[in-house]
Amino acid sequence: MPQIKINGVSRNVDADPQMPLLWAIRDILGMTGTKFGCGIGACGACTVHLDGEAVRSCITPISQAVGHEIVTIEGLSTDGTHPVQNAWRAHNVPQCGYCQPGQMMQAAALLKQTPKPTDQQITDAMSGNICRCGTYVRIRAAIKAAAEAM
Amino acid sequence: MTKIVNLSRREVVAGGIAAAGLVLGVYVGFREFPAKAANAAAATFEPNVYLMIDETGLVTIVAHRSEMGTGIKTGLPMVLADELEADWSRVKVVQAQGDPKYGDQNTDGSRSTRQFYQPMREAGASARQMLEAAAAHTWNVNANDCRARNHTVVHLPTGRQMSFGDAAKVAATMEIAPSDHMELYFKPASEWRYVGKPRAIVDLDDIIRGKATYGIDVVLPGMKYASIERCPVYGGKAVSFDATQALKVPGVEQVVEVRATPIPSGFDQLGGIAVIADNTWAAEQGRQKLKITWDFGPNANDDTTAYRTQLEATAKQPGRVARNQGDVDGALAGAARRVTADYFVPYYAHASMEVPAAVANFADGKCEIWAPTQFPQGARTTAAQVLGLPEENVTLNVTLLGGAFGRKAKSDFVAEAALLSQRLGAPVKVTWTREDDIQHDYYHAICAQHLEAGLDASGKATAWLHRTVFPAIESTFQPDVTYGSSGELQQGVTDMPYAIANVRCENGPAPGRVRIGWYRSVYNIPHAFAVCSFADEMAHAAAQDPVAYLRQLLGEPRKLDFAAMHVDYPNYGASLAMYPVDTGRLRGVLDLVVRNSDWGKPLPPRQGRGVAVHRSFLTYAAAVVHVEVGNDGQITIPRVDVALDCGLVVNPDRVIAQFEGAAIMGIGNALYSNITIKQGRIEQSNFGDYLVARTDIAPETHVHIVESSAPPGGVGEPGVPPIAPALCNAIFAATGKRIRALPIDPTQLKIA
Repeated sequence: MPQIKINGVSRNVDADPQMPLLWAIRDILGMTGTKFGCGIGACGACTVHLDGEAVRSCITPISQAVGHEIVTIEGLSTDGTHPVQNAWRAHNVPQCGYCQPGQMMQAAALLKQTPKPTDQQITDAMSGNICRCGTYVRIRAAIKAAAEAM
Repeated sequence: MTKIVNLSRREVVAGGIAAAGLVLGVYVGFREFPAKAANAAAATFEPNVYLMIDETGLVTIVAHRSEMGTGIKTGLPMVLADELEADWSRVKVVQAQGDPKYGDQNTDGSRSTRQFYQPMREAGASARQMLEAAAAHTWNVNANDCRARNHTVVHLPTGRQMSFGDAAKVAATMEIAPSDHMELYFKPASEWRYVGKPRAIVDLDDIIRGKATYGIDVVLPGMKYASIERCPVYGGKAVSFDATQALKVPGVEQVVEVRATPIPSGFDQLGGIAVIADNTWAAEQGRQKLKITWDFGPNANDDTTAYRTQLEATAKQPGRVARNQGDVDGALAGAARRVTADYFVPYYAHASMEVPAAVANFADGKCEIWAPTQFPQGARTTAAQVLGLPEENVTLNVTLLGGAFGRKAKSDFVAEAALLSQRLGAPVKVTWTREDDIQHDYYHAICAQHLEAGLDASGKATAWLHRTVFPAIESTFQPDVTYGSSGELQQGVTDMPYAIANVRCENGPAPGRVRIGWYRSVYNIPHAFAVCSFADEMAHAAAQDPVAYLRQLLGEPRKLDFAAMHVDYPNYGASLAMYPVDTGRLRGVLDLVVRNSDWGKPLPPRQGRGVAVHRSFLTYAAAVVHVEVGNDGQITIPRVDVALDCGLVVNPDRVIAQFEGAAIMGIGNALYSNITIKQGRIEQSNFGDYLVARTDIAPETHVHIVESSAPPGGVGEPGVPPIAPALCNAIFAATGKRIRALPIDPTQLKIA
């Protein structure tokens, strides 16, 4: 049985190793903060961290997660106060909110790698994450605020 | 009228929460539909909005409208809490189930604040006055000397205080029904704590921690996961299927048919073959192994290219007249100059980030459902009908909606979950794939339009002819519907606001070939695109500045007199007395956006600004879009300014957010999104080929709100319509190329 380490805890995942991590997280492990959006890695709603890097869990099989550290939105911080979460709150970013876990995971990975991103770096990092409500302007502002706070 | 009663002694469960303490029921009458209110009053009194104050002082407000991202679940409770003098930190908002006792829950048409602002105020004022009366009764003083102040009742002469919790305990035992025995008084605007001030949405923290529950997130013990293969052509159905290989996929448990609905299928399920598994992925894997023989039905040869040609040819012919003033043909014949243009807007898919998904649990002749629905009662009715149950045996729980834009007002996905749970005798979650969502949507109507104008020697417009041709939404519900309704033609056709003496608006027939549905701002999208683009074309034909020309077109401030024009104008269900079509307010938003957007300031080559102004859903919106067009035709949008007049604003931060988001959606509609059909099949399948706006195109956006105490209008939708025409007008200013068909083809804008 595949075992993955998720949000610091090792979990057995009783599933086909080819199952995308997204569905293992949601349906097998029962953590629903990571969202399904497209299934082809084209929208970013399912973004999680694999060893600190943003990956699309809908196209990452469980087998590729074994032996790596997975972090989901539930594990981004223990108390919801990661600088990205604080900035999202301060800017009232979410509308429907559905894509926002993926947006925040993507943004947190960006800031880890590039603590003071330029506009172009934000565009490059965030263009894979769709928000159909159109919160992009606030997402960009929140990323800059989080960068300042980090 | 609104009636309010003390329900504290009755057994009351609201939003699944039993209450102790003061419970108020509010019967909300619709001022805008007097006939309906009269009927309702004659029926058994059923309070439809609940407010509870328990002995600890916790105020619970039931949100009966659906939260899809507009912030309405916060906005309406703000109104109530403000009048109540409640401390927001001690207010809890719970989501109502779908139930007729709540009155209208159909969260569409940008009308939640419009319809419920006043009832929420009245509910808050009633509860406040009951608490004041309870404190006065306890202290044996005059109630007029008692005033609620921030969760406490204060006796003004002595300063004596009673907490809301203690006052609620007393109020719960009092017999008075406030609206019968008290004259309600309202707080003056100067004392508003919440209304008009920005406030975070109640679900913000849950969303940010990944704890918010959408329909797709609901899990029940023993729940099965279903994925359904539907006929690729609307109106087709399965003739036979072979599930042998599907059943070999680990995790797949069963394969069952979901019965097809004859077209037009309305809100009911399309039908198909469902794979049932112990997780979503296994169900989808199994589904790919199905072998199905389809009867593709009557739409198997539908083709967008041919259909568009048909629509455009129809738009060249006289149609059914929806508005007619003066002598358009004579004025056109006598015009010094004529302007003619044809416009096209494609089908769009909603593509909300949360796909359609629902959970149903059928047991013992009853069905409980959890769904991200905009139309809770409609979903409940649909489920009851397909299950053959009385409605009272269906419980409909409303989750958060991960976007909706009109899609989730249709309950086909709820019907699927209900039918499968009934069939399996187990809880079932139906989750659509993105491909399902793109290929089986209720599409925004494709639309072809033909416009002609006559100008006199000075450039002033003397004649206006507008023909629009589109499949009607009603074609999704009734056979043989080919013409648009007055409710569709009101959206930017019959309410054409320009001061032109000779006007004729016509509608030509178009058969429905796919499910047509309402999509954020609906027919205002194509109509504002054509009307606002054409105004710009007229300005250029007259060699005048587009803003100056628009001001001339709008003319002196006046209210459109639809009766005099013999136009059936439903006005989005609102009274024209309260919500006239006021060209002065159009002028107001135009002037505001112009003042704030650097209009007229010179720009480098290949850059330009465009303007558009449009009323929809009782709200006035104007946009100035600044574009830059690369030599390769690529478009960037440095800045968008939007001005709006939606009357009274409850939560300005959410109003701004809605217009920011609407600008993005308008840009996506203009630049990217396009649904096409070949051999009856939708050609797009996912975000790789159904394109929407991403952050790389997101402009610096400035939203300017007209301060107003006018009755509240719509907010969710009115920001969309002016964006595409303002963008295309800007492209014309930048390049001299006129865009008349969406989505914009950048290759047309290349420098050769």
